[in-house]
Amino acid sequence: MERINRIFGINGPVVTVKDTKDFSMSEMVYVGENKLVGEVIGINNKLTTIQVYEETTGLRPGDAVTGTGAPLNITLGPGILDNIFDGIERPLKAIENISGAFIKGGACVPSLDENRLWDVTVTVKEGDVLYGGSVYATLPETPAITHKVMVPPEISGTVIKAEKSGQYRVNDCIVVLKDSLGITHKLTLCQKWAIRKPRPIKERLGNDIPLITGQRIIDTLFPIAKGGAAAIPGGFGTGKTMTQHQLAKWCDADIIIYVGCGERGNEMSDVLNEFSHLIDPKNNRPMTDRTSLIANTSNMPVAAREASIYTGVTLAEYYRDMGYDVALMADSTSRWAEALREISGRLEEMPAEEGFPAYLPSRLSEFYERAGRCETLGGETGSVTLIGAVSPQGSDFSEPVTQNTKRFIRCFWALDKSLAYSRHYPAINWNLSYSEYFADLDRWFEEKCGKDFLQYRSSITSLLQEENRLMEIVKLIGSDVLPDDQKLIIETARVIRIGFLQQNAFHSDDTFVSLEKQKLMMKTILHLYKSVKELVSQGIPLSLAKEAGLFEKLIKMKYDIPNNNLSMFDDYIKETDSTINSIKENN
Amino acid sequence: MILEYIGVDEINGSLIAIDGIKDAFFEEMVDIKLQNGTTRHGRIVRIDGERAVIQVFEGTTSISLTNTSVRLKCKPMEIALSPEIVGRIFDGAGRSIDGLGEIFPDEYRNINGTPINPVSRIYPKNYIRTGISTIDVLTTLIRGQKLPIFSGSGMSHNELAVQIVRQAQICDNADSFCVVFAAMGVKNDVADYFKRCFEESGVLERVVMFLNLSNDPIIERILTPRCALTAAEYLAFNQNKHVLVIMTDMTPYCEALREFSSSKEEIPGRKGYPGYLYSDLASLYERAGMIKGSTGSVTQIPILTMPNDDITHPIPDLTGYITEGQIVLDRELHSKGIYPPVNVLPSLSRLMKDGIGEGYTREDHSALANQLFSSYAKVTDARSLASVIGEDELSFTDKKYIEFGKAFEEQFVNQGNSANRTIDESLDLGWRLLSILPKSELDRIDDVMLKKYMPK
Repeated sequence: MERINRIFGINGPVVTVKDTKDFSMSEMVYVGENKLVGEVIGINNKLTTIQVYEETTGLRPGDAVTGTGAPLNITLGPGILDNIFDGIERPLKAIENISGAFIKGGACVPSLDENRLWDVTVTVKEGDVLYGGSVYATLPETPAITHKVMVPPEISGTVIKAEKSGQYRVNDCIVVLKDSLGITHKLTLCQKWAIRKPRPIKERLGNDIPLITGQRIIDTLFPIAKGGAAAIPGGFGTGKTMTQHQLAKWCDADIIIYVGCGERGNEMSDVLNEFSHLIDPKNNRPMTDRTSLIANTSNMPVAAREASIYTGVTLAEYYRDMGYDVALMADSTSRWAEALREISGRLEEMPAEEGFPAYLPSRLSEFYERAGRCETLGGETGSVTLIGAVSPQGSDFSEPVTQNTKRFIRCFWALDKSLAYSRHYPAINWNLSYSEYFADLDRWFEEKCGKDFLQYRSSITSLLQEENRLMEIVKLIGSDVLPDDQKLIIETARVIRIGFLQQNAFHSDDTFVSLEKQKLMMKTILHLYKSVKELVSQGIPLSLAKEAGLFEKLIKMKYDIPNNNLSMFDDYIKETDSTINSIKENN
Repeated sequence: MILEYIGVDEINGSLIAIDGIKDAFFEEMVDIKLQNGTTRHGRIVRIDGERAVIQVFEGTTSISLTNTSVRLKCKPMEIALSPEIVGRIFDGAGRSIDGLGEIFPDEYRNINGTPINPVSRIYPKNYIRTGISTIDVLTTLIRGQKLPIFSGSGMSHNELAVQIVRQAQICDNADSFCVVFAAMGVKNDVADYFKRCFEESGVLERVVMFLNLSNDPIIERILTPRCALTAAEYLAFNQNKHVLVIMTDMTPYCEALREFSSSKEEIPGRKGYPGYLYSDLASLYERAGMIKGSTGSVTQIPILTMPNDDITHPIPDLTGYITEGQIVLDRELHSKGIYPPVNVLPSLSRLMKDGIGEGYTREDHSALANQLFSSYAKVTDARSLASVIGEDELSFTDKKYIEFGKAFEEQFVNQGNSANRTIDESLDLGWRLLSILPKSELDRIDDVMLKKYMPK
């Protein structure tokens, strides 16, 4: 007779079972009458400890706990895009249909719609030999994205039966494989995968292609590679979420996975709203066609928040395996770290820094290492780019989550309170931020944008650094006493800051700017700097150039020059030249 | 059959532990009868086999190991709800204390609530005019938003909250407007002040009050906001009312949570607050919003006094990460006699971007607000420079900034507690102030807007 395991103790989301040897580490279990989903997180001789992904109010000692024999896994298949899930891949729209506007516990809903018919094209025939990652069918998941159905990584064999192309549901058997041991495998349109285990790849490739975001300060000064990892730390109100939204909307990845991890509910409804109205210029389809949202808001169960990051990255890897470039936005990883801390506290583990568990760095590195550009098992090239927001406690970047994250990412976009206070967005501080991808990406920029792009970039960077140095002096004695050539640096840096680095997400032209326009903007600003510098070296006062409105004009060029009329930059340069010449002549 | 358990096995702070309890469930309510005939209430907060740990709301004073009998009530913590709760006064645990007797409930509801499905939320867009320039123009309050006031002891946060209630035109139809007021650990006079002000402004019959004053049991303080929000959700989503929830003060609430956590011997996080403070605060603040299928809304204005005026303290810090912006009060402005002493730079409303502009307030609103923020940020720089080299030595532009800063604080921020400005008045005032600055400094506004609105 099979023994039924029963609950012994309950403490918040942590449940214990006494005297059992039936469970294995990380096994997924169902707890209580409502079959709440849980995961085994600790086993010893006496007690098995389980974290429950839902509210535990109402559970009693003695309620049954049943194992599933498999680690916490999610279903991968068509229907993930244009959908919104909670932290353990339960479809929120379907849950709304069942339990209304409020989420009730124990909602047992399949992740993917089991009744929806897909137009499947089967691409293999009997006798074909397939390996893990081989594609055996394709289907249009959304008008924008073709879903490739792949053999699960650990299976290979000869096709002994293949259905004809036609309409199928996710759980219909499409192909039957017989492996070398003679075991048959029925393959459907979906597969299961344990969220904490990275999906295997054939080979890692270099990070030498940039992810173009259309955000000037990122593309020009702190670029990120496809397959790279970046962190956006910033106190509250500095615009982490806005920056993440901008990146999600405009970066040139094929698929966006947006994980709202312990953030606001209204924010998720904003994303839903906005993404479904935003038309992707590449294919004239709404953004939602290539987006999947994972929403585990701050008031949803904390254990599921811990899982949501892994669920997100598993979805991202699945689409990477099809050969897509995937970008994952995680907002925010600090909430995930806090979920770790909360559960660790309930387990009465010995805390390390600030109460966070000692395994925080290893968990962070496991997560960020799942980024990368690679050759997939199926022979395609795909990438997963991870962009994690960090919410440092007290806006202090020396706290453990920021510091540990910094070790595993190569792109650091530090958001600054004082920039945000003056409503300078994106509030990325150019003195604190860095990108380590320069060396890898320079070749690409040189090929696509020309050598001068890199030169302009370094001139801009050095002007900003110079300004930073001068501002120390200005803070003490005011700017009036500086010589004209130094004043010119401050004035030019102002143009760079306001006219170039600051970018208006709500302006139709300024929200996304092509690399070409970015380059021309830098060129025009540097041209002005050079011309006025010459003027100043001849002893002509800087104030004359300022009064001529040259600097103000360039500050507004981001709005005045439309994205589709870049030839106007030539006019700007000509106008600068003629104004400078007339100043020269009059003096 | 209802069992009674005689005696307890351990008493520690507000917690008691009993061995041998059968069939209890997590978060179940219990009645604790003392030998002297009084009854206290409690909730099961931890179960280990047959040992249950119970949190006693009214405190454990005079409980001994033998003088009690504990009865399980077979239900979680619930409050009684009906449309009649409007106009009534309850204690922190939802029991009526105004002497008008019990209410006849339509339903009982678990005070913990359940999370709103993000899919079912309506994104808040309608702005609430408060008649206060700094709020209307710079940190616009939106219906369904949670916008806390970060203050310090001794500042005028209560006055500001009352003024918002009095002047808020929350909807077109006054009948569907009501206020839920939750007091947590505030002094008796503060609660009286609110009561009096509600009475004077004629909204008292539309207020539901939950009072846990500073001398009331601390454990009940943890229930107070939950009772209030359950009532608010009921009124908003079942009765289709626009509910404004004022919760004051969040700091004693968090301290009560800390006390409770340490008596449970949990591992502390920052400054001794429990590691789950963020999740706990989120379970309150996230209960603001609007949902599909209902015309009502829950708008929250939590008030918290920052210990030592420190905005990086865990309570304001975590609150700021959950709420949709914040209104920060400033002691320096307060001591200058400026009311409301709103420090606009750290203040923010995240939802205003979609609730202002053409069709909502006025087309120039967003550009003007941006320019005011950006210019006022430069005032700070000019002032710190002036403190080093003296005001006389400043450049022309910096002098103009000093002038602008002064006028901004005295005219725009300072408006007194009776002035109720329309949005046009506030916006026009903003433009008038900007005209102090040289035109070349106005880099956030395009020329068309400048021409149209800048006073000649």
